[in-house]
Formats: sequence, C-alpha cells, structure tokens
Amino acid sequence: MTAEAINTTTATDYTTDEMMTIIASRDLNNGDVVFVGIGIPSTAANLARRTHAPDVVLIYESGTIDTKPTRAPLSIGDGELAETAVAVVSVPEIFAYWLQAGRIDVGFLGAAQLDRHGNLNTTVIGDYDHPRVRLPGAGGAPEIAIGAGRTSIVLRQSTRTFVDKLDYVTTVGHHHGSGSRAALGVRGSGPSIVITDIGILRPDPVTDELTLMSLHPGRTVEEAIAATGWPLKVASELTTTQAPSELELTALREVSAR
Amino acid sequence: MKNITTLTDAIAEHIHDGDTVALEGFTHLIPFAAGHEIIRQQRRDLRLVRMTPDVIYDQMIGAGCARGLIFSWGGNPGVGSLHRFREAVDVGYPHPLAIEEHSHAGMSVRYTAGASGLPFGTMRGYLGTDITKHTATIRTIECPFTGEPLAAVAALNPDVGIIHAQQADKDGNVGFWGIQGVQKEAILASTRAIVTVEEVVDSFDSRVRVVLPSWVLSAVAVVPRGAHPSYTHGYYDRDNAYYRAWDEISRDRATFADWVRTHILETRDFADHLAMLDSSMAQV
Repeated sequence: MTAEAINTTTATDYTTDEMMTIIASRDLNNGDVVFVGIGIPSTAANLARRTHAPDVVLIYESGTIDTKPTRAPLSIGDGELAETAVAVVSVPEIFAYWLQAGRIDVGFLGAAQLDRHGNLNTTVIGDYDHPRVRLPGAGGAPEIAIGAGRTSIVLRQSTRTFVDKLDYVTTVGHHHGSGSRAALGVRGSGPSIVITDIGILRPDPVTDELTLMSLHPGRTVEEAIAATGWPLKVASELTTTQAPSELELTALREVSAR
Repeated sequence: MKNITTLTDAIAEHIHDGDTVALEGFTHLIPFAAGHEIIRQQRRDLRLVRMTPDVIYDQMIGAGCARGLIFSWGGNPGVGSLHRFREAVDVGYPHPLAIEEHSHAGMSVRYTAGASGLPFGTMRGYLGTDITKHTATIRTIECPFTGEPLAAVAALNPDVGIIHAQQADKDGNVGFWGIQGVQKEAILASTRAIVTVEEVVDSFDSRVRVVLPSWVLSAVAVVPRGAHPSYTHGYYDRDNAYYRAWDEISRDRATFADWVRTHILETRDFADHLAMLDSSMAQV
C-alpha cells in the first residue's frame, strides 16, 4: 500500500485520547512556534512535526527551545529534550525573552474547569480558603494565555469541567466576552479552539462565547448539551469531525510508544 | 576548598527553625538528599519556597518541617496529586500550611529581582485572574514611560537557597548543565547557599554551562545520586517507578510516617537511604 493510500484510509479503532491528540495536531500550522506542556499537547505537537508540519518549533517551559525528541517525553524536564534542543535556557529567560516578548504563536492549555468564555481554573474546587479539592495551581498557564498569539485548549467535556461559573479564575480566556479580553490590555487573541472528547468548540466572532462547531463521529448534540454546565450554543452548520486516518494513527502510535 | 563539607554539617550549620528555605531544580537536579537531611535533623516551622513543590516538598511537609509554602505548581508530575501537601492545605495536618501562590513566570521574576538586589520585579502577568486577590506580593503598577499597566511582584530573598549540581572543582566552584531551571537566580537571591554535587573534579566537564563561584556558596557537599529520584544529566536517569510508587506511600498517614521513619529518620545519611532502596529493589 502506498503512503497516500494509507492516508486516505479512515481508521475505525482508536481511543478518545488519540482522537483529541490528532485534532490538536491538525490545528497546528507548519512553522508555528508552539509552547507545550506534558500529555496531549506534547504528543500533538510532536505528531504535527512528524506529519503535516515538519517545521513546527517546540518550546517547553523547562527552557528547551526547538527540541526534536524521537518520542513524546514523559516529563517537561526529560533529558532528551535538552539533548535535542537548539538551545537550553533558564526558566526566567523562557518566560521573559520568549513567551512574554511575543515569540510564541500557539500555547496549549488544559484545566479542571472551563467557562463559556474559555477562562480556566487549575487552582481549587470549592472555596479558596477551605477547598473541596486542592489542585496544582497556576504553573505557566496565566502568562501562556496572555503571551502566546493564541491558545488551544484540550479538555474532556462534562458538567464537572464545563461549568457556568468557575470556582477560581487561574487563567484568563476571553474574560467576560464581547471583546473584554482586549480591554484588559493583554496580548494575543486568546483561545481559538477547545477540543473535547465530544467535539470541537470555537469562540463566536462577536460575543466570544464558545460555540459547538463540530461533533466527533458517533457523538450527538444532545450529549454535548448534557455535558455542558451552561446553555450550549450550537453552530447552525454543525459539521462532523474527520475521523483519524490510518496514517495519522500510525504516526501517533510511533510518537507515543515508550 | 574551604567551603567543601558534609551535607550533615551544612544543614546543621546553615538551616535554622523558622528560616525561609528554597530548594530549586526544575524537574532536573532536584536536591532530594538535602531535603532528606532537613527532615532527618527535624527542622521545624520552615517557610518553604519552590516553583514546583513535587515529591520532595510532599515529604518535607508531611514530615512536619513546614509552616508555609510559596510556590507556583504543586503536583506529582505525570502521576497526580501530592497527598501530604493536600492534607496540610485541606485539614492542617500535620501542621496548618500558609500558602502564597504565584505563576511560574511570577516566581521567576521574583527570584530574578531578589538576585538583582531590587525590591520588586515587573512583568506582563496575572491579568484577569483571581490570583492577585489572594496573593499580597502582587500589585498592579503603571509603566512610568508608557503608562501600560504591569504586574509588580515582590523580590524573593530566602534565608537559604539549596540546589544540586553535577560538579564542583577543587576550589569549590560549582558547575552544571542540562535543564538549568531557576537555580542560579535562587542561589544568588538567598543569604546563604548550599550545593550538593555528584563529584569533585580537577577541571569542569566541557558540557558545563552555568558556573557559580565558590565565594557565593556557603557550603558544598559531595552526595552521589543526591538528586534521586529526579535525574542528573550525564550521571543517571529519572526513577519514574519511585514517583509512581510515591502516590501509594503518601496516600495514607501511617504508611507515610512509617516510610519517613525507616527511610530517613532511621538512616544515617542519603547513601544509607539509597542502599536501602537498592536492596528492596533487588528483592522484588
């Protein structure tokens, strides 16, 4: 079978994580400078580099610039990231000279909670002083969100994660919507895509409210609405997400293999 | 070589109850041996500082060394929650823990300001978040030249900074390479500084990228594998199985207490602890 023939073959046997990773990868353009964290973002960026975007530049917050690992690393401080990087710089430098100065095109973010405007909580569930669940905290997210040209959010969709009101705003997305993000004085255009296990959401061009644009194969609008803690806006021309191709899936499994 | 000593003596001399202490190392070169020695000598009421309080601070918090924590991300990387840290925050066990949280960028600017002898540093950060409502060391200021609103963060100047490095030379200068994190800034921001190293060499490896001169270091101690279970580039890899096993050990108070007693309090030093780990691995 030729590579082209493989590419056009749609896969049927894949996991939800694989689907989300492949969508995140497709969303990257060749030449993008991408600020990645561990997990799906790191795997997605490495997959893009192996498939449609060979010139994507990977930067990890541990200070490795233009790194080319053979496999998606287990931690942001993996030794292979330093060994294969064009440059290894300090943490103050990566955040100041590279992120804050505007040298990053795309930043990846995840969260425990997300609201309709793509604001994120990774700090606490419940009251801050008497939390029900204490989460890890901010990490690099608040400045990735305002320093990168745009952000890509990867998060499983449920009424626990897609909430009407965040318990704590760790990281700003489109703020209160309708252009209020820009009025804060932040740089970058904010979340451009939210990739879930059910579908793909994008901000409305006027209100900035996240709108369901696409459903993954086999998923329904009813499921998406039921998994959202606010009245979910659905695009009038809802599409079906293209299933992973055999080529994408094979490349992904090579990148992920450990 | 006048600053070269043992880790036992370095901790005894330079860490006092109530000190503000920063152990740095961003996923790489995490000074576990020094953290264990602080637990072994039963220091109390420390205000701990670290961008990523992972397993090392879970151990110190659970062992009762801390009353405060300044940090930006607290978790067991790739595994999940820090159970001792969470229990201290949630229910004040074994002691209430006063937390002061920032972002990674904020912590790095605070260390840089501290190392530079400035009272604060500036950055574009924290806009539109709730972090500023709960953290008194963040303020908004106006750029005096352009009028742009900027975040100001207070300088961090720990009493003691502690890092692990690959090498010291025979004059007591320290060199390291690989992922370098915020270690240089943490050492230069601190009043006293302790460094553990893998070995003392006649002259540095050509891969050394960061050098800290002996006269800014209070004490240098040779501790082979002193960053285990994190890694030391060029010497040994990360022990991922330890990080995964920590989840189970730390989940329960009694299991944790038993681990600290047998692996730290009842061992002579870090080499003794490593020998115990190696022999238990051999039995598996």
